[in-house]
Amino acid sequence: MQDLPTSLEIVGVVSDFMREQVLPELEGRTRFHALVAANALDIVRRELETAPEANVMEIARLQALLSSKETDLEALNKKLSDHIETGALTLETPGLKEHLWTSTLTKLSIDQPKYSAYRKAVKENRT
Amino acid sequence: MTTPAEELAEGLTRVAAQHFGGATITDLKRLSGGASQETWSFKTHKDGEAEALILRRAPGGGDGNASGTAVGLETEAKLIQLAAEAGVVVPTVRHVASPSDGLGSGFIMNHVHGETLGSKIVRSEDFASVRPKLARQCGEALAKLHAVPVTSLPPLRLSPAIEEIARYREVYKTHGHPHPVFDLAFKWLSDNVPADDQSTLVHGDFRNGNIMFDPKRGVSAILDWELAHVGDPMEDMGWICVNSWRFGGIDKPVGGFGDRKDMFAGYEASGGPKVDPDRVKFWEVLGTLKWGVMCTTMYEAFKTGMDRSVERAAIGRRSSETEIDLLYLLAAD
Repeated sequence: MQDLPTSLEIVGVVSDFMREQVLPELEGRTRFHALVAANALDIVRRELETAPEANVMEIARLQALLSSKETDLEALNKKLSDHIETGALTLETPGLKEHLWTSTLTKLSIDQPKYSAYRKAVKENRT
Repeated sequence: MTTPAEELAEGLTRVAAQHFGGATITDLKRLSGGASQETWSFKTHKDGEAEALILRRAPGGGDGNASGTAVGLETEAKLIQLAAEAGVVVPTVRHVASPSDGLGSGFIMNHVHGETLGSKIVRSEDFASVRPKLARQCGEALAKLHAVPVTSLPPLRLSPAIEEIARYREVYKTHGHPHPVFDLAFKWLSDNVPADDQSTLVHGDFRNGNIMFDPKRGVSAILDWELAHVGDPMEDMGWICVNSWRFGGIDKPVGGFGDRKDMFAGYEASGGPKVDPDRVKFWEVLGTLKWGVMCTTMYEAFKTGMDRSVERAAIGRRSSETEIDLLYLLAAD
């Protein structure tokens, strides 16, 4: 167990500091790269908030889809990749389409929640 | 000691004296620099009149041996000239550099007025009145471009669909990180490869961002020919529809500014064959997947230490954008 502040609190305060105090002092390319850096910290912030629970659910979905007891998320995804590549699992397989949408929407909610297709999916209640 | 820009100015002054009638050079400015080319703008002056020109040359004035999928600069100049003869709107090529010019490999062309910034074409009020015409104009330009006789072309790489799929699958598999949605797209592409290979000139990077638009006239120049090749003409129509180049205008599939039916109508009205929308969709799927794989490749450049910038690292997290686009293309219902 780690002490406080939590990693989420630390990333959050550094991101706020960059946006509120560092960025206004910068210009040109340095400003652009600092903005990219602040956005990258926000990815980490959203991942810390969302991924722990989402990953547990993703593991459960993958175990069901693949009839597997594997608990490692990357190993499960590799297996899913293989099964899709060989055609063992297709979009007609019950649960696959829903799984791909759910996992992809989770990625987008962390990586790029402002992306046009993600916004569209939210509007269509796909999330 | 002279700086690279001063050295370039001297070279351009020599070229101007020889080829543009005793002109002088001012306003030399670097516009962009990719790994494969540099673009500079400058002005020549003759008899009190200024003329705006553009230089494209190999990085640092080298000999610009074409790397990877990019064509060399002499080839690019030749393609622009051939496109002009076929009636495609392109900048006029004024001079192809020879070794005695001391500029390295490259060429000089007229500066064309207009806007290339994708987000402005999609959203700026300046383009509001011309915007509904742009998709049709893109179709018209592509019909002329695809009609350039293949026999007149300089040597170009051939890239049939099946080889493109194999190439990007290998890159993806080499990286080793699983993207099940990419596998879904590779499988769909393999199952839906067009039955026949077609062989026309393909621009290869025909998208919002590489087209110069004028707020009144619309399409005013097709730029950036370095990824040109011989292949399926529908590749160009699919690529401009990839959501990554719609700049947020997701409901306007052509570059974020227009509709497919208008682009197809312009294509057919300008002598292009009847468009098969399924074939265009095939290339849109492949284009979307290609960009997704390229995002992971840029992350690889970060991981291996070739480019440790935050920007390079962060772009790896943009591959998920193409995954949601692929799901909309393949699994929306």
